[in-house]
Amino acid sequence: MNPAPVSTWTEFTEGLWERNPVFVMVLGMCPTMAITTSAINSISMGLATTFVLTTSCLLISMLRHMIPKDVRIATYIVIIATFVTVVDYAIQAISLSMYEALGAYIQLIVANCLVLGRAEAHAARNPPWASAVNATGIGLGFTLGLTMIGAVREILGSGTLLGISLFGSHYQPWVVMILPPGGFFVMGLWLLLFSIVRKHRKSAADAVKEGCHGA
Amino acid sequence: MERESIGQILLVSILSGNFVLAMFLGMCPFLGVTHRIAVAAPLGLATTFVIVIACVSAYALNIVLSILHLEFLRLICYIVVIAAAVQLVEMFVKKQSPSLFRALGIYLPLITTNCAVLGVALYQTAREYDFIQSLTFALGGGFGFTLALVLLASVRERVQLSNVPDVLHGTALTLMLGGILSLAFMGFAGIG
Repeated sequence: MNPAPVSTWTEFTEGLWERNPVFVMVLGMCPTMAITTSAINSISMGLATTFVLTTSCLLISMLRHMIPKDVRIATYIVIIATFVTVVDYAIQAISLSMYEALGAYIQLIVANCLVLGRAEAHAARNPPWASAVNATGIGLGFTLGLTMIGAVREILGSGTLLGISLFGSHYQPWVVMILPPGGFFVMGLWLLLFSIVRKHRKSAADAVKEGCHGA
Repeated sequence: MERESIGQILLVSILSGNFVLAMFLGMCPFLGVTHRIAVAAPLGLATTFVIVIACVSAYALNIVLSILHLEFLRLICYIVVIAAAVQLVEMFVKKQSPSLFRALGIYLPLITTNCAVLGVALYQTAREYDFIQSLTFALGGGFGFTLALVLLASVRERVQLSNVPDVLHGTALTLMLGGILSLAFMGFAGIG
Protein backbone atom coordinates (compact mmCIF):
# COMPACT_ATOMS: atom_id res chain seq x y z
CA MET A 1 0.00 0.00 0.00
CA ASN A 2 2.93 2.32 0.65
CA PRO A 3 4.29 4.13 -2.42
CA ALA A 4 7.89 3.45 -1.46
CA PRO A 5 8.87 0.63 0.90
CA VAL A 6 10.44 2.14 4.00
CA SER A 7 13.05 0.16 5.83
CA THR A 8 12.32 -0.78 9.42
CA TRP A 9 15.29 1.22 10.63
CA THR A 10 14.14 4.42 8.90
CA GLU A 11 10.69 3.83 10.27
CA PHE A 12 12.17 3.71 13.74
CA THR A 13 14.57 6.66 13.59
CA GLU A 14 12.10 8.90 11.79
CA GLY A 15 9.99 9.19 14.92
CA LEU A 16 13.00 9.94 17.08
CA TRP A 17 14.11 13.13 15.44
CA GLU A 18 12.88 14.08 11.97
CA ARG A 19 9.23 13.71 12.92
CA ASN A 20 9.64 14.20 16.64
CA PRO A 21 6.12 14.23 18.12
CA VAL A 22 6.88 17.08 20.52
CA PHE A 23 8.90 19.51 18.43
CA VAL A 24 7.84 18.77 14.87
CA MET A 25 4.30 17.39 15.02
CA VAL A 26 3.44 19.36 18.21
CA LEU A 27 1.11 16.62 19.44
CA GLY A 28 0.30 15.51 22.96
CA MET A 29 0.94 18.90 24.48
CA CYS A 30 -0.93 18.45 27.77
CA PRO A 31 1.47 16.02 29.46
CA THR A 32 4.38 17.68 27.67
CA MET A 33 3.92 20.83 29.67
CA ALA A 34 2.16 19.62 32.79
CA ILE A 35 4.55 16.99 34.12
CA THR A 36 7.89 18.21 32.77
CA THR A 37 8.80 19.90 36.03
CA SER A 38 11.69 17.46 36.50
CA ALA A 39 13.69 15.15 34.26
CA ILE A 40 12.72 11.97 36.07
CA ASN A 41 8.99 12.72 35.80
CA SER A 42 9.45 13.36 32.08
CA ILE A 43 11.26 10.08 31.52
CA SER A 44 8.67 7.99 33.35
CA MET A 45 5.78 9.73 31.61
CA GLY A 46 7.51 9.23 28.26
CA LEU A 47 8.07 5.54 28.90
CA ALA A 48 4.48 5.02 30.06
CA THR A 49 3.24 6.67 26.87
CA THR A 50 5.65 4.59 24.76
CA PHE A 51 4.27 1.40 26.29
CA VAL A 52 0.67 2.40 25.64
CA LEU A 53 1.51 3.55 22.13
CA THR A 54 3.37 0.40 21.14
CA THR A 55 0.95 -2.13 22.59
CA SER A 56 -2.18 -0.42 21.35
CA CYS A 57 -0.73 0.13 17.87
CA LEU A 58 0.26 -3.54 17.74
CA LEU A 59 -3.22 -4.69 18.73
CA ILE A 60 -5.02 -2.22 16.46
CA SER A 61 -2.85 -3.24 13.56
CA MET A 62 -3.62 -6.92 14.16
CA LEU A 63 -7.34 -6.19 14.29
CA ARG A 64 -7.35 -3.68 11.45
CA HIS A 65 -9.32 -5.87 9.02
CA MET A 66 -11.91 -6.75 11.64
CA ILE A 67 -12.78 -3.26 12.92
CA PRO A 68 -15.75 -1.75 11.04
CA LYS A 69 -14.89 1.64 9.57
CA ASP A 70 -17.76 3.56 11.18
CA VAL A 71 -16.89 2.72 14.75
CA ARG A 72 -13.13 2.62 14.38
CA ILE A 73 -12.36 5.67 16.55
CA ALA A 74 -14.47 4.35 19.41
CA THR A 75 -12.79 0.95 19.10
CA TYR A 76 -9.33 2.51 19.13
CA ILE A 77 -10.17 4.53 22.21
CA VAL A 78 -11.44 1.50 24.09
CA ILE A 79 -8.24 -0.42 23.21
CA ILE A 80 -6.07 2.52 24.27
CA ALA A 81 -8.03 2.97 27.51
CA THR A 82 -7.47 -0.69 28.36
CA PHE A 83 -3.70 -0.37 28.10
CA VAL A 84 -3.73 2.92 30.00
CA THR A 85 -5.57 1.20 32.84
CA VAL A 86 -2.84 -1.47 32.84
CA VAL A 87 -0.10 1.19 33.01
CA ASP A 88 -2.00 3.11 35.68
CA TYR A 89 -2.18 0.11 38.00
CA ALA A 90 1.39 -0.96 37.18
CA ILE A 91 2.88 2.42 38.12
CA GLN A 92 0.82 2.50 41.28
CA ALA A 93 2.30 -0.89 42.22
CA ILE A 94 5.89 -0.05 41.27
CA SER A 95 6.26 3.39 42.81
CA LEU A 96 3.58 5.19 44.74
CA SER A 97 5.54 8.44 44.94
CA MET A 98 5.90 8.49 41.16
CA TYR A 99 2.18 7.79 40.86
CA GLU A 100 1.39 10.78 43.06
CA ALA A 101 3.80 13.04 41.15
CA LEU A 102 2.22 12.20 37.78
CA GLY A 103 -1.30 12.34 39.20
CA ALA A 104 -4.21 12.25 36.78
CA TYR A 105 -1.90 12.67 33.81
CA ILE A 106 -1.26 8.92 33.57
CA GLN A 107 -4.97 8.31 32.97
CA LEU A 108 -5.02 11.28 30.64
CA ILE A 109 -2.74 9.37 28.25
CA VAL A 110 -6.06 8.12 26.83
CA ALA A 111 -6.81 11.65 25.70
CA ASN A 112 -3.34 12.18 24.25
CA CYS A 113 -3.89 12.99 20.58
CA LEU A 114 -0.51 11.46 19.79
CA VAL A 115 -1.69 7.93 20.56
CA LEU A 116 -4.97 8.19 18.69
CA GLY A 117 -3.22 9.98 15.84
CA ARG A 118 -0.71 7.15 15.40
CA ALA A 119 -3.47 4.53 15.59
CA GLU A 120 -5.47 6.27 12.87
CA ALA A 121 -2.60 7.34 10.63
CA HIS A 122 -0.26 4.38 10.86
CA ALA A 123 -1.48 1.30 12.72
CA ALA A 124 -4.75 1.11 10.78
CA ARG A 125 -2.89 0.84 7.45
CA ASN A 126 0.25 -1.17 8.18
CA PRO A 127 1.12 -4.70 9.29
CA PRO A 128 1.64 -5.28 13.04
CA TRP A 129 5.44 -5.44 13.00
CA ALA A 130 5.92 -2.19 11.08
CA SER A 131 3.42 -0.26 13.13
CA ALA A 132 4.85 -1.50 16.42
CA VAL A 133 8.33 -0.39 15.35
CA ASN A 134 7.01 2.96 14.19
CA ALA A 135 5.08 3.43 17.44
CA THR A 136 8.15 2.62 19.53
CA GLY A 137 10.18 5.17 17.57
CA ILE A 138 7.54 7.85 18.01
CA GLY A 139 7.19 6.95 21.69
CA LEU A 140 10.92 7.24 22.31
CA GLY A 141 10.95 10.51 20.37
CA PHE A 142 8.20 11.72 22.69
CA THR A 143 10.28 10.65 25.70
CA LEU A 144 13.28 12.50 24.27
CA GLY A 145 11.28 15.68 23.74
CA LEU A 146 9.77 15.50 27.21
CA THR A 147 13.17 14.94 28.78
CA MET A 148 14.70 17.87 26.92
CA ILE A 149 12.01 20.19 28.29
CA GLY A 150 12.02 18.57 31.74
CA ALA A 151 15.79 18.80 32.14
CA VAL A 152 15.88 22.51 31.27
CA ARG A 153 13.01 23.27 33.61
CA GLU A 154 14.55 21.27 36.44
CA ILE A 155 18.00 22.88 36.04
CA LEU A 156 16.60 26.41 35.96
CA GLY A 157 13.73 25.95 38.36
CA SER A 158 15.33 23.98 41.15
CA GLY A 159 19.05 23.88 40.30
CA THR A 160 19.17 20.09 40.08
CA LEU A 161 19.28 17.42 37.40
CA LEU A 162 17.71 14.02 38.15
CA GLY A 163 17.72 15.10 41.80
CA ILE A 164 21.48 15.85 41.90
CA SER A 165 22.32 19.38 42.94
CA LEU A 166 24.32 21.18 40.24
CA PHE A 167 25.18 24.61 41.53
CA GLY A 168 25.63 24.19 45.28
CA SER A 169 23.64 25.87 47.99
CA HIS A 170 24.15 29.43 46.75
CA TYR A 171 21.95 28.93 43.71
CA GLN A 172 18.75 30.92 43.82
CA PRO A 173 16.19 28.80 41.94
CA TRP A 174 14.24 30.45 39.15
CA VAL A 175 10.94 29.24 40.56
CA VAL A 176 8.75 30.43 37.71
CA MET A 177 10.33 27.75 35.49
CA ILE A 178 8.70 24.88 37.40
CA LEU A 179 5.39 26.76 37.58
CA PRO A 180 2.95 26.58 34.63
CA PRO A 181 4.32 29.62 32.69
CA GLY A 182 7.75 27.99 32.63
CA GLY A 183 6.33 25.11 30.61
CA PHE A 184 5.14 27.49 27.91
CA PHE A 185 8.38 29.45 27.89
CA VAL A 186 10.80 26.51 27.76
CA MET A 187 8.80 24.75 25.03
CA GLY A 188 8.60 28.02 23.08
CA LEU A 189 12.35 28.59 23.44
CA TRP A 190 13.18 25.09 22.15
CA LEU A 191 10.94 25.64 19.13
CA LEU A 192 12.56 29.03 18.56
CA LEU A 193 16.01 27.47 18.73
CA PHE A 194 15.08 24.78 16.19
CA SER A 195 13.55 27.35 13.90
CA ILE A 196 16.75 29.47 14.03
CA VAL A 197 18.92 26.42 13.32
CA ARG A 198 16.69 25.42 10.40
CA LYS A 199 16.91 28.92 8.97
CA HIS A 200 20.71 28.94 9.23
CA ARG A 201 20.97 25.55 7.53
CA LYS A 202 18.67 26.71 4.78
CA SER A 203 20.61 29.91 4.11
CA ALA A 204 23.88 27.94 4.23
CA ALA A 205 22.49 25.47 1.68
CA ASP A 206 21.31 28.35 -0.51
CA ALA A 207 24.76 29.95 -0.31
CA VAL A 208 26.41 26.69 -1.43
CA LYS A 209 23.99 26.39 -4.32
CA GLU A 210 24.65 29.96 -5.42
CA GLY A 211 28.38 29.39 -5.13
CA CYS A 212 28.08 26.42 -7.51
CA HIS A 213 26.13 28.50 -10.00
CA GLY A 214 28.77 31.23 -9.82
CA ALA A 215 31.55 28.77 -10.60
CA MET B 1 -11.27 17.29 55.02
CA GLU B 2 -13.29 20.47 54.92
CA ARG B 3 -15.70 20.66 52.00
CA GLU B 4 -15.01 23.44 49.55
CA SER B 5 -17.81 25.94 49.06
CA ILE B 6 -19.51 26.33 45.67
CA GLY B 7 -18.17 29.86 45.15
CA GLN B 8 -14.67 28.70 45.95
CA ILE B 9 -14.80 25.88 43.40
CA LEU B 10 -16.19 28.22 40.76
CA LEU B 11 -13.54 30.90 41.28
CA VAL B 12 -10.67 28.43 41.46
CA SER B 13 -11.72 26.54 38.33
CA ILE B 14 -12.15 29.73 36.29
CA LEU B 15 -9.17 31.74 37.49
CA SER B 16 -6.37 30.38 39.65
CA GLY B 17 -6.88 26.76 38.59
CA ASN B 18 -7.68 27.58 34.98
CA PHE B 19 -7.78 24.37 32.97
CA VAL B 20 -5.56 25.57 30.16
CA LEU B 21 -3.24 28.06 31.78
CA ALA B 22 -2.62 26.39 35.12
CA MET B 23 -3.41 22.70 34.61
CA PHE B 24 -2.50 22.27 30.94
CA LEU B 25 -5.69 20.48 30.01
CA GLY B 26 -6.85 20.97 26.44
CA MET B 27 -3.67 22.32 24.90
CA CYS B 28 -4.39 21.11 21.36
CA PRO B 29 -7.37 23.41 20.68
CA PHE B 30 -5.63 26.15 22.68
CA LEU B 31 -2.75 26.15 20.20
CA GLY B 32 -4.73 25.04 17.15
CA VAL B 33 -7.96 27.04 16.84
CA THR B 34 -7.11 30.35 18.46
CA HIS B 35 -6.27 32.38 15.38
CA ARG B 36 -9.71 34.06 15.35
CA ILE B 37 -12.15 34.91 18.15
CA ALA B 38 -15.10 33.94 15.94
CA VAL B 39 -13.86 30.33 15.89
CA ALA B 40 -12.39 30.15 19.37
CA ALA B 41 -15.52 31.24 21.25
CA PRO B 42 -17.95 28.67 19.74
CA LEU B 43 -15.43 25.88 20.21
CA GLY B 44 -15.05 26.93 23.84
CA LEU B 45 -18.80 26.83 24.34
CA ALA B 46 -19.14 23.47 22.57
CA THR B 47 -16.41 22.09 24.82
CA THR B 48 -18.17 23.52 27.90
CA PHE B 49 -21.35 21.72 26.84
CA VAL B 50 -19.50 18.42 26.42
CA ILE B 51 -17.73 18.94 29.75
CA VAL B 52 -21.06 19.41 31.56
CA ILE B 53 -22.60 16.32 29.89
CA ALA B 54 -19.49 14.31 30.67
CA CYS B 55 -19.54 15.50 34.27
CA VAL B 56 -23.17 14.47 34.85
CA SER B 57 -22.78 11.09 33.16
CA ALA B 58 -19.47 10.42 34.90
CA TYR B 59 -21.12 11.14 38.23
CA ALA B 60 -23.90 8.66 37.53
CA LEU B 61 -21.49 6.08 36.12
CA ASN B 62 -19.23 6.33 39.13
CA ILE B 63 -22.12 5.48 41.47
CA VAL B 64 -23.04 2.44 39.38
CA LEU B 65 -19.43 1.25 39.15
CA SER B 66 -18.90 1.68 42.91
CA ILE B 67 -21.96 -0.41 43.65
CA LEU B 68 -20.78 -3.15 41.30
CA HIS B 69 -17.15 -2.88 42.55
CA LEU B 70 -15.87 -2.37 39.02
CA GLU B 71 -13.74 0.73 39.66
CA PHE B 72 -11.01 -0.53 37.30
CA LEU B 73 -13.41 -0.04 34.39
CA ARG B 74 -13.88 3.64 35.25
CA LEU B 75 -11.50 5.07 32.66
CA ILE B 76 -12.91 2.96 29.81
CA CYS B 77 -16.52 3.83 30.68
CA TYR B 78 -15.78 7.55 30.97
CA ILE B 79 -14.10 7.77 27.60
CA VAL B 80 -16.90 5.88 25.84
CA VAL B 81 -19.53 8.22 27.33
CA ILE B 82 -17.48 11.26 26.30
CA ALA B 83 -17.10 9.94 22.75
CA ALA B 84 -20.87 9.52 22.53
CA ALA B 85 -21.49 13.04 23.84
CA VAL B 86 -19.09 14.52 21.30
CA GLN B 87 -20.87 12.66 18.51
CA LEU B 88 -24.11 14.30 19.66
CA VAL B 89 -22.63 17.80 19.66
CA GLU B 90 -21.07 17.19 16.26
CA MET B 91 -24.44 16.22 14.73
CA PHE B 92 -26.09 19.24 16.34
CA VAL B 93 -23.50 21.75 15.06
CA LYS B 94 -23.54 20.20 11.59
CA LYS B 95 -27.31 20.64 11.39
CA GLN B 96 -27.47 24.10 12.96
CA SER B 97 -24.50 25.85 11.41
CA PRO B 98 -22.64 24.18 8.53
CA SER B 99 -20.24 27.13 8.21
CA LEU B 100 -19.17 26.84 11.84
CA PHE B 101 -18.86 23.09 11.33
CA ARG B 102 -16.37 23.68 8.52
CA ALA B 103 -14.45 26.32 10.49
CA LEU B 104 -14.01 24.02 13.48
CA GLY B 105 -12.95 21.20 11.19
CA ILE B 106 -11.01 18.38 12.77
CA TYR B 107 -11.07 20.08 16.18
CA LEU B 108 -14.74 19.26 16.74
CA PRO B 109 -14.39 15.45 16.78
CA LEU B 110 -11.10 15.99 18.61
CA ILE B 111 -13.04 17.24 21.66
CA THR B 112 -13.18 13.51 22.46
CA THR B 113 -9.45 13.52 23.01
CA ASN B 114 -9.54 16.86 24.79
CA CYS B 115 -7.92 16.25 28.15
CA ALA B 116 -10.14 18.92 29.72
CA VAL B 117 -13.24 16.77 29.28
CA LEU B 118 -11.72 13.59 30.63
CA GLY B 119 -9.85 15.67 33.23
CA VAL B 120 -13.10 16.99 34.73
CA ALA B 121 -14.48 13.48 35.07
CA LEU B 122 -11.27 12.16 36.63
CA TYR B 123 -10.71 15.10 39.00
CA GLN B 124 -14.26 15.13 40.32
CA THR B 125 -13.93 11.44 41.12
CA ALA B 126 -10.53 11.86 42.73
CA ARG B 127 -11.66 14.83 44.83
CA GLU B 128 -14.94 13.13 45.82
CA TYR B 129 -17.12 16.09 44.89
CA ASP B 130 -20.87 15.71 45.40
CA PHE B 131 -23.27 16.35 42.53
CA ILE B 132 -23.61 20.14 42.92
CA GLN B 133 -19.88 20.56 43.42
CA SER B 134 -19.13 18.49 40.32
CA LEU B 135 -21.55 20.53 38.25
CA THR B 136 -20.01 23.81 39.47
CA PHE B 137 -16.53 22.48 38.77
CA ALA B 138 -17.56 21.47 35.25
CA LEU B 139 -19.24 24.80 34.47
CA GLY B 140 -16.37 26.82 35.93
CA GLY B 141 -13.79 24.73 34.12
CA GLY B 142 -15.65 25.11 30.83
CA PHE B 143 -15.93 28.87 31.18
CA GLY B 144 -12.30 29.12 32.22
CA PHE B 145 -11.38 27.14 29.10
CA THR B 146 -13.49 29.43 26.88
CA LEU B 147 -11.99 32.49 28.56
CA ALA B 148 -8.44 31.30 27.94
CA LEU B 149 -9.24 30.49 24.30
CA VAL B 150 -10.87 33.87 23.65
CA LEU B 151 -8.07 35.78 25.40
CA LEU B 152 -5.37 34.08 23.36
CA ALA B 153 -7.37 34.51 20.16
CA SER B 154 -7.73 38.25 20.74
CA VAL B 155 -4.01 38.61 21.46
CA ARG B 156 -3.19 36.65 18.31
CA GLU B 157 -5.51 38.82 16.21
CA ARG B 158 -3.57 41.85 17.39
CA VAL B 159 -0.19 40.24 16.82
CA GLN B 160 -1.07 39.51 13.19
CA LEU B 161 -0.97 43.26 12.52
CA SER B 162 2.41 43.81 14.14
CA ASN B 163 5.90 43.19 12.94
CA VAL B 164 7.14 39.88 14.35
CA PRO B 165 10.64 38.47 13.66
CA ASP B 166 10.51 35.79 10.99
CA VAL B 167 11.91 32.91 13.05
CA LEU B 168 9.35 33.42 15.80
CA HIS B 169 6.30 32.80 13.60
CA GLY B 170 4.06 29.83 14.26
CA THR B 171 3.84 27.70 17.36
CA ALA B 172 6.80 29.30 19.15
CA LEU B 173 5.06 32.68 19.19
CA THR B 174 1.75 31.17 20.34
CA LEU B 175 3.53 29.38 23.17
CA MET B 176 5.24 32.58 24.29
CA LEU B 177 1.90 34.42 24.30
CA GLY B 178 0.38 31.52 26.23
CA GLY B 179 3.21 31.76 28.75
CA ILE B 180 2.59 35.45 29.31
CA LEU B 181 -1.15 34.82 29.75
CA SER B 182 -0.37 32.02 32.17
CA LEU B 183 1.94 34.36 34.10
CA ALA B 184 -0.91 36.85 34.35
CA PHE B 185 -3.31 34.18 35.61
CA MET B 186 -0.81 33.23 38.32
CA GLY B 187 -1.65 36.58 39.86
CA PHE B 188 -4.99 35.06 40.90
CA ALA B 189 -3.20 32.43 42.96
CA GLY B 190 -4.34 33.89 46.28
CA ILE B 191 -8.03 33.44 45.48
CA GLY B 192 -9.88 30.52 47.01
